Amino acid sequence: MTTQSDARITDIKERYKGGVLKYKQMGYWRPDYEPKETDFICVFRITPQEGVDPEEAAAAVAGESSTATWTVVWTDMLTAYEDYQGKAYRIDAVPGTGVGTDKEAQYFAYIAYDLILFEEGSIANVTASLIGNVFSFKPLKAARLEDIRIPVAYVKTFKGPPTGIIVERERLDKYGRPLLGATMKPKLGLSGKNYGRVVYEGLTGGLDFTKDDENINSQPFMHWRDRFLFCMEAVNRAQANTGEIKGHYLNITAATMEDMYERAEFAKQLGSNIVMIDLVVGWTAIQSISNWARKNDMILHMHRAGHGTYTRQKNHGVSFRVIAKWLRLAGVDHLHAGTAVGKLEGDPMTVQGYYNVCRDAVTKQDLSRGIFFDQDWADLRKVMPVASGGIHAGQMHQLLHLFGDDMVLQFGGGTIGHPDGIQAGAIANRVGIEVMVKARNEGKDILNEGPDILREAGKWCKPLAQALETWKNVSFNYTSTDTPDFVATPTTSN
Amino acid sequence: MHITQGQFSFLPVLTDAEIRLQIDYAISKGWAVSIEWTDDPHPRNVYWNMWEIPMFEIKDSGAVLLALTACRKACPNAYIKINAFDNTRGVESMTMSFIVNRPTMEPGFRLVRQEGEGRTIRYTTISFSAEMPPGNLCHK
Repeated sequence: MTTQSDARITDIKERYKGGVLKYKQMGYWRPDYEPKETDFICVFRITPQEGVDPEEAAAAVAGESSTATWTVVWTDMLTAYEDYQGKAYRIDAVPGTGVGTDKEAQYFAYIAYDLILFEEGSIANVTASLIGNVFSFKPLKAARLEDIRIPVAYVKTFKGPPTGIIVERERLDKYGRPLLGATMKPKLGLSGKNYGRVVYEGLTGGLDFTKDDENINSQPFMHWRDRFLFCMEAVNRAQANTGEIKGHYLNITAATMEDMYERAEFAKQLGSNIVMIDLVVGWTAIQSISNWARKNDMILHMHRAGHGTYTRQKNHGVSFRVIAKWLRLAGVDHLHAGTAVGKLEGDPMTVQGYYNVCRDAVTKQDLSRGIFFDQDWADLRKVMPVASGGIHAGQMHQLLHLFGDDMVLQFGGGTIGHPDGIQAGAIANRVGIEVMVKARNEGKDILNEGPDILREAGKWCKPLAQALETWKNVSFNYTSTDTPDFVATPTTSN
Repeated sequence: MHITQGQFSFLPVLTDAEIRLQIDYAISKGWAVSIEWTDDPHPRNVYWNMWEIPMFEIKDSGAVLLALTACRKACPNAYIKINAFDNTRGVESMTMSFIVNRPTMEPGFRLVRQEGEGRTIRYTTISFSAEMPPGNLCHK
């Protein structure tokens, strides 16, 4: 709480006489501040150290993520320093934490930053400020960037997804249903020729896409050129077999940017319509390859490898919704955004929030889905979310109900592990999704009638019946670690 | 050969009653329904022939079915699909597309490989139907 002694010092002589002041005294706590349309707004979940006043902790985050250092510097006065200061303007205690609970006190700290702090079109610059030094700052036990409102003025400095959902569908000539994919398994060890076989079977069976896994690069068992050549043979054969456009996400992740460009160029030369990268390549590499993809009419698939190291724990790191926002700006076309029902972390409402961030024209504040702010995407193209990880045909109704049509459903084990072979696995999934889309359009309540609809289709589609039988008892019902906590906005009844 | 383009190519052939339910869904969403036909379903052939312009103002699925019947009568041995179009800002594209008529024998495709430098191959997909005399599948 603000006392006389730690209030903002407005007298210039006092403020700049040298020594150490509290962050609040330096002007980083501004409860009267009203964020401008052009400000960035961040909400951090902070856990102050014992005895640290939460307002001072919020001010410290604002300071360390903008202009402050540990002591007063007179050189501030060579600048219009008030504009450059991050301004913590609101804190809310996080429900279910602090006195009377079994959790340490946590707070949502709202901080506004002036547009001038950020280089146009650079996620590297944004992240260096907002998740730079501040996350190691001693007065905080933990900090998490929960959400961010990016001003339209800054959104417009990005070109965004090179292809986007709409143009991707037009290029593929596929509308009105989720796309179907599968990640090749085993993820490591197959030779190029054997790997291409799995691609061929999956695509000919009825998948739209197959996918390299995140850690398939250019290992001794399969060099990247072999993989690209065999995969493109498989894609083209499958396309001729079915009359349908097919693709394989060729992973071009590599040690250097030069290697990535070389792999991307080869994928283009072979006629691939899509390439993929892993999140671990970093923001600069992502933006570079996004420009390349835009220049070369290539769909860019993003596998979020590594995100769980900093997105999963509620008290520390960066929420995936923030990562998704940055990736939409940086410019990817596909983004793994969770399944809710599969083997990987994801509370259903929270995951829906990520999907909305990828696909909305304007994302509205939606605290139950973890969305703290309205976000106008300024007509930036939309990112196709990808559901991947431990999902199978028996969950088709849940997936369609939760996420709608604009997504890629990726059944890896759920295709390749089919007892009757990979083509049968692909057929089961394709029939499953088509029958569910048809039923939904006919007005059926798929969430409740879904299992019956699938069973009914299994009567004329043996591969589907087998898939349902094989995976009937598979579910991953663990408690999610990352769920929204929010302060309910009081409403009045009149 | 059975081409698998569209939303429902893996399902049993849709009856007219089932087609009508899909059209009703499109109309309920405010989408414009259209009918297109071709004798060359090459995967890169994005411009099928339009059977009339998209029905922006039609709110009755019966009218669409009548148009479909006329199209089928004129082109009994062609591929015919029904599309829905959403003109909402930021979409302005097709939101549904499914095949409702096929030739009795689907000719399929030939894959041509041209070997290039190293092990690279340039692929070309050719529709067998494109090699047939023009216009033998449909006379509008």
